[in-house]
Amino acid sequence: MRYSALKIFKEAVTGHKGWKPVWRKPAPKPSYDFIIIGGGGHGLATAHYLASKFDGKNIAVLEKGWIGGGNVGRNTTIIRSNYLHHENEGFYEFSLKLWEGLEQDLNYNAMVSQRGIINLYHSDPQRDAYARRGNAMIMNGADAVLLDQDGVRKQYPFLNFDNARFPIKGGLWQPRGGTVRHDAVAWGYARAADSKGVDIIENCEVTGFDIQNGRCVGVKTTRGKILAKKVGVAVAGNSSRVMAMADMHLPLESHVLQAFVSEGFKPFLPGVITYGAGHFYVSQSDKGGLVFGGDIDGYNSYAQRGNLPVVEDVCEGGMSLMPAIGKARLLRMWGGIMDMSMDGSPMIDKTHIDGLYFNGGWCYGGFKATPASGYAFAHLLATDTPHETARAYRMDRFSRGLMIDEKGQGAQPNLH
Amino acid sequence: MIINHPLLGPRDASEFTYLGDASLMQRPNPKSETAIDDFYRYLYLRENTPGEHRELWYHEQGDRSWLVVTRNISTHEITKVELARDVARSGT
Ligand SMILES: Cc1cc2nc3c(=O)[nH]c(=O)nc-3n(C[C@H](O)[C@H](O)[C@H](O)COP(=O)(O)OP(=O)(O)OC[C@H]3O[C@@H](n4cnc5c(N)ncnc54)[C@H](O)[C@@H]3O)c2cc1C
Repeated sequence: MRYSALKIFKEAVTGHKGWKPVWRKPAPKPSYDFIIIGGGGHGLATAHYLASKFDGKNIAVLEKGWIGGGNVGRNTTIIRSNYLHHENEGFYEFSLKLWEGLEQDLNYNAMVSQRGIINLYHSDPQRDAYARRGNAMIMNGADAVLLDQDGVRKQYPFLNFDNARFPIKGGLWQPRGGTVRHDAVAWGYARAADSKGVDIIENCEVTGFDIQNGRCVGVKTTRGKILAKKVGVAVAGNSSRVMAMADMHLPLESHVLQAFVSEGFKPFLPGVITYGAGHFYVSQSDKGGLVFGGDIDGYNSYAQRGNLPVVEDVCEGGMSLMPAIGKARLLRMWGGIMDMSMDGSPMIDKTHIDGLYFNGGWCYGGFKATPASGYAFAHLLATDTPHETARAYRMDRFSRGLMIDEKGQGAQPNLH
Repeated sequence: MIINHPLLGPRDASEFTYLGDASLMQRPNPKSETAIDDFYRYLYLRENTPGEHRELWYHEQGDRSWLVVTRNISTHEITKVELARDVARSGT
């Protein structure tokens, strides 16, 4: 079923009786060429690109819960490609380009909205650092504009410019950044992959690997054993737990990040802004709610909920940046578990076990990466070589001293 | 979360800073033949599996002691709190 204006019109006059579920609910087959573990954004995107760009056949995505129940449906929906290091920036810019064509590719309205993102700066050294970052972005084909205070004021007159401790001096603006409706991304990829014959199998938890003579030949699941020629793991916050079943230890810790949504308001916040002096980022959804977040809670966690000190911290950040937020009431909040890596950058690589591939370490920035991560992982699974934008994302970079430490924090995952 | 400090009694977790897995107390021997690999594992690899987790918390806004907290990271329930120096002495 293709979506079109005509189809919507037809359904409107016939009582909306013609809409059908957009992916099948198949039972697992005994064997596949490719099994992707994890039906989050990255797993579904991998299946979609594997089937549509790399001619992959006989593919299954195994999801322990339901599609969209993980971080793909829990994030604050920000997309951008404003990284400093060239190992990252080329990859994230590739991702942003894929976002730009995503809805046509999937024939699905994912509400990709390039409303622009501004990272605010509050001091001269911070401005210099952002100028450098902007140059790195431009060199990698991305867009970046360094704004002075007036430039920011034009877009956001209501910010707290004269804050005594952290005056807003300007910002690094990426006009092509923005937001995407997160669960539509999961559904859109699921529908597109399904239409190419990918089996999306929900309520199917992987409980072990079948490894024979150093080769992974299948998986054990709550719905029985399934054989596979190649197995790709994309389970985000559960990475350590799943890879432990293959006796692997990863350079990861699982941490909880919270997200917040206020009651709805008339549109007043046109784009995305991030505070440069505290950890706070905010946008306004099309329904009018302010969608915002801040730091991770900071301790290892597999519970999908956070604690109150961080709620207070995030709200304080919001108040000091845009005091108007003080009148808003918080409507909803939730937490998601993220795979925080030791240098803050991800991994897309083969493991030392033949036939077993790993994709993870996305920290709190993996939503924007979804299309490129899926594309690069599909490339790796299909060709056994890394995609050109993901060459640096090797698992052995930690033992070889080749970290990609965007923040320069070292092996301290709760600070990335 | 409330951390029951062995000397000071129950304290709010926000008084502490978190370092991570208590395995960080077992620093490898730099003179060992396998030191390079040992330090790589020590510094970068983590068990990070759900359930019980022994971890280091520093009472930064308190008495500045290091604690080893045993916490279930699936539920956040804290079952044991020890002074890190006692743990180090007893070698567990
Ligand atoms: C509150 C919050 C805000 C965020 N904000 C942003 C943002 O603004 N911008 C941004 O770029 N990123 C953001 N992120 C990060 C981003 O959401 C994640 O990095 C990304 O979604 C992770 O990839 P995924 O979509 O594949 O993960 P998930 O959706 O979590 O997918 C992993 C899936 O694997 C499944 N799984 C786990 N174990 C098994 C098993 N044993 N068998 C079968 N299936 C299994 C899980 O059920 C889950 O569905 C945010 C994250 C959170 C929590």
